[in-house]
Amino acid sequence: MAGMVEKRGFGHWLTHAGLIVGVLVIFFPIWLAFVASTVTQAEIVQPPMPLLPGDQFFNNYRQALVAGVNAPVAAMLMNSLIMALGIAFGKIVISLLSAFAIVYFRFPGRKLFFWLIFLTLMLPVEVRIVPTYEVIAGFGMLNSYSGLIFPLIASATATFLFRQFFMTVPDELTEAARVDGAGPMRFFWDILVPMSRTNIAALFVILFIYGWNQYLWPLLITTDPSMNTIVMGIKQMFPSGDDLADWPVIMATSILAMLPPVLVVIFMQKLFIRGLVDSEK
Amino acid sequence: MEKRVIFKGLWLPLLLVAPQMVITAVFFFYPAGQAIWQSLFIADPFGLKSQFVGLGNFEYLLADPFYRASFLTTAIFSISVTLVSMGVALYLALLADRLIKGSGTYRTLLIWPYAVAPAVAGVLWMFMFNTRVGVVAWYLGVLGYDWNHVLNEAEAMGLVVVASSWGRISYNFLFFLAGLQAIPRSVIEAAAIDGAHFWTRFRTIVWPLLSPVTFFLLVVNIVYAFFETFGVIHTITSGGPQQATTILVYKVYSDGFVGQDLGSSAAQSVILLGLVGLLTIIQFKFIERKVHY
Repeated sequence: MAGMVEKRGFGHWLTHAGLIVGVLVIFFPIWLAFVASTVTQAEIVQPPMPLLPGDQFFNNYRQALVAGVNAPVAAMLMNSLIMALGIAFGKIVISLLSAFAIVYFRFPGRKLFFWLIFLTLMLPVEVRIVPTYEVIAGFGMLNSYSGLIFPLIASATATFLFRQFFMTVPDELTEAARVDGAGPMRFFWDILVPMSRTNIAALFVILFIYGWNQYLWPLLITTDPSMNTIVMGIKQMFPSGDDLADWPVIMATSILAMLPPVLVVIFMQKLFIRGLVDSEK
Repeated sequence: MEKRVIFKGLWLPLLLVAPQMVITAVFFFYPAGQAIWQSLFIADPFGLKSQFVGLGNFEYLLADPFYRASFLTTAIFSISVTLVSMGVALYLALLADRLIKGSGTYRTLLIWPYAVAPAVAGVLWMFMFNTRVGVVAWYLGVLGYDWNHVLNEAEAMGLVVVASSWGRISYNFLFFLAGLQAIPRSVIEAAAIDGAHFWTRFRTIVWPLLSPVTFFLLVVNIVYAFFETFGVIHTITSGGPQQATTILVYKVYSDGFVGQDLGSSAAQSVILLGLVGLLTIIQFKFIERKVHY
């Protein structure tokens, strides 16, 4: 029966061919960037550049990591790592706590808190950049990790996710814990958090990518090149005016900038897909 | 929906919500309030004093041809990004769905560009089409086409659209493929037995059953094109040439930080805020329907 819908023989290969062409077209920009990161500047500025890798891989990447253009890329990688981990970790911690309070307690202002948090769903940082910048400047948090991390933690997606999940946790567990004399925090740590670990992991993957790929916010608040994150630092490597850009080093940096999140997606595919679907619910 | 079994306490829950409330108040509500407040004032060029102008900033903005042009640019850009990324993704998902096995492999091969930051995608595409060293630009030249997105407005728009759609194909592919695989095989096979060919089946069965996924992606992609493509535009065109690629979010940035026109930038923020609100409402309305579906 399958033969009526799924193709075999010639049609089957045509389907594969169509997909392979799609994959190749989507891969091409990255392949080209990789090739450019392994050849010399001279080979690039004499177009057309080669389409197969050269022998400058180690040279270019060492040059990028150790020296870079404005700041060593190794330092920018570290900044990105701290920012991405800070955002993922911070958001998960505050969201777990507040979702626990909202689901498992009745306290005055609970509804209000819920709606206040809900409102933040509606306003990405891109929309409120100028006043948020002023707040950060007022706290003296320009060019600091806390300045990079905190404004991006103020969002509700994770809180909603955990709230939804906590609602599905059977009441019998809570009752049993109470009968055994466990207080709320004991219940939280020993039962709720372990039960949420798949959700936490899935969310962590999504938030890590989100944090790593931030551009506008680091662009505004890190004026000191040594605080640049790698994603926003690439654009800073281009000379202003008509000078020729150092393409091999810039392309090596681009490859390094996409490597961590891409590896996360490939190796944690199941968690990634789950997080993606969860966070859009 | 409420929990039946709860814990007692007053200070503990307040303490638990405190971190999120403090961060939200300081980094979200205060700045958002400031944006609304500032949008009612004009600051002098030195920032020493500001004058209350009521809705003056908004009137000025809506009469400003550059701002109106930016609306049109945003509309063209968002619709193009949405159509291109969803069209290509649907095509690939339909192909992958025809395979008995192996669709998982293609999924792995196709989803990872999602992880490439828009700003990095911008650099990759700018490199390919660079007027001096770009490979694609060079081969276009050989074919007799003189590519120059630095001067040509249509080419600049085309390039930022393609660069913004590129990584987005992964996301749409993932959701389309999941949607296609959720359609019961028996329905499609029944139609096939009745002699319905691929296009007939697609038009009469697959497309209608896929519509919840399509609507969802439509909204999500428009939101993406509005707010998350700043990196692409900043790296490739910086809004140029002649503001041809200055979308609304880019204009908030360029007027507020480059042009230092805080009142206008704040008023633009408030208008964007309204737009996001509208999109969010549409999204929630739709998601409710999806649950019932």
